[in-house]
Amino acid sequence: METDVSNLVSGRTGDWEVVIGMEVHAQVTSQSKLFSGSSAEFGADPNMHVSLVDAAMPGMLPVINEECVRQAIRTGLGINAQINLTSVFDRKNYFYADLPQGYQISQFQHPIVGEGEVTIELKDGSQHVIGIERIHLEQDAGKSMHDQHPTQSYIDLNRSGVALMEIVSRPDIRSAEQAGAYIKKLRSILRYLGTCDGNMEEGSMRADVNVSVRRPGDPLGTRTETKNLNSVRFIMQAIDYEVERQIELIEDGGEVDQETRLFDTSTGTTRAMRSKEDAHDYRYFPDPDLLPLSFTQAYVDSLKAELPELPDQIKQRMVTEYGLSSYDASVLTEERETAAYYEAASDGQDRKMVANWMSVELFGALNKAGTNLADCPVAPQQLGALVGLITDGTISGKIAKDVFADMFDTGKNPADIIEEKGLKQVSDTGAIETMIDDVLAANQDKVAEYKSGKDKLFGFFVGQTMKLSRGQANPALVNQLLKAKLDS
Amino acid sequence: MSVDKDTVRKIGRLARIHVPEESQEQIAGELNHILSWVEQLGEVDTSDVEPLASVTGHNLPMRADRVTDGEKADDVLKNAPQSASGFFVVPKVVE
Repeated sequence: METDVSNLVSGRTGDWEVVIGMEVHAQVTSQSKLFSGSSAEFGADPNMHVSLVDAAMPGMLPVINEECVRQAIRTGLGINAQINLTSVFDRKNYFYADLPQGYQISQFQHPIVGEGEVTIELKDGSQHVIGIERIHLEQDAGKSMHDQHPTQSYIDLNRSGVALMEIVSRPDIRSAEQAGAYIKKLRSILRYLGTCDGNMEEGSMRADVNVSVRRPGDPLGTRTETKNLNSVRFIMQAIDYEVERQIELIEDGGEVDQETRLFDTSTGTTRAMRSKEDAHDYRYFPDPDLLPLSFTQAYVDSLKAELPELPDQIKQRMVTEYGLSSYDASVLTEERETAAYYEAASDGQDRKMVANWMSVELFGALNKAGTNLADCPVAPQQLGALVGLITDGTISGKIAKDVFADMFDTGKNPADIIEEKGLKQVSDTGAIETMIDDVLAANQDKVAEYKSGKDKLFGFFVGQTMKLSRGQANPALVNQLLKAKLDS
Repeated sequence: MSVDKDTVRKIGRLARIHVPEESQEQIAGELNHILSWVEQLGEVDTSDVEPLASVTGHNLPMRADRVTDGEKADDVLKNAPQSASGFFVVPKVVE
């Protein structure tokens, strides 16, 4: 772990280095739960997606869902991680009202996925590699509600037993910005793989953040763990708050306690959880109900062969083959749907021009309409066709913006709109010359001024000709023909 | 390895089992008895033996990802001491 001087935080008594590690819980995309056949779908009436296994009735036995295993392996492959052909399920023992078994089935010493890495890119263009220590499979717990009754809690076990991947990073993250970029990149990879829907609002992805500070070059400081953060913004806020709190505490002569903290979304602050002295004595031991999980290297290889192209690979291709800037490529690859739209729209067209049209006009219009690409009224092939009509000279870029606005409103093809409204660019030399002659005839005084040296008037003649053509004259031709006439 | 009264108290608390003060000494003795019996296994040299998870040699059986269960909230809640509107109801637990 090297010190990155660009990320130091200055306190009253000197500089501090921030060290962050994250544990991300990602819900595995599957139809049914990790060890039972009840539905893993979000949002049902209370306790409807619960089997007697999930409710931990006596005598019920867990049977593992092969799809969850497959998804965990694919996730590991997506971050270039080591896949462990044998792993073991352990019981993590603790008591809580929404954990009917009295233990969570998890993986402790032998996780299914070992070391891997995720590369992040920051706004300044710098790249950082964040190490992944492990990914293990485990059960989610149920949900407690404390606000329904003054003296009682209400428990819904619909989440109980849903498969989670816990993705544990190395303490390689050095700032709130890096932490934000990391969670976004991880989310993007999971969504490309289709192994987690990445919906943070619904809790499909949540993060525990470990933060400590130290003097540059010193050994690691004492860390705190802030639990259950469910948005990029909250993650960054919690880190900023913790960093400031810890530095102040140490500079005032105090010490950071190793403790679990909770984030208050309304104030952006963290507070210590009431901790019981035995809270972390989980007494892990191998679950006697489950044999070790094992599969063959051939199975792993077959999953690897079917892996979709991932954002880093697509981005690389967009930069080298299509000539896009690294930044444009990042924007277009963050979401799988955006990249797919771009690929379809730019196929056979000017790739850079389509990228510009997407990031400026299309995203602008979508934002303004408060919608997203999934509900976009303009099909990718239609946007591609519009760009094609600009490059082949049928319409000018300026007219194209009006055509685009029409396409966005009506969903019509650009060629039809151009035909209906008579917007076709005039590239007929004779027609343009006639218009130029009319303009020059109507402005003889200005022609005389131009000829006596007032060069700036050239723009005026171009403007008048374009106006006469209702914007449809090919601007390059107008320039060329005007120049020829005026300077003759 | 040996167990004393404090350990017995701690294990009891972790397991949410009430162990009365007067029986802690006796239970420590019993546990130590069991531990020393298990420790005899340590006399066997197992340095060249792979850990054995099962004598059957079976792999962990897996099931296909299909929804085959659930939709039985009434059954699930049947033994609950208290329930309301489809929820289990328990004494307030707030962290």
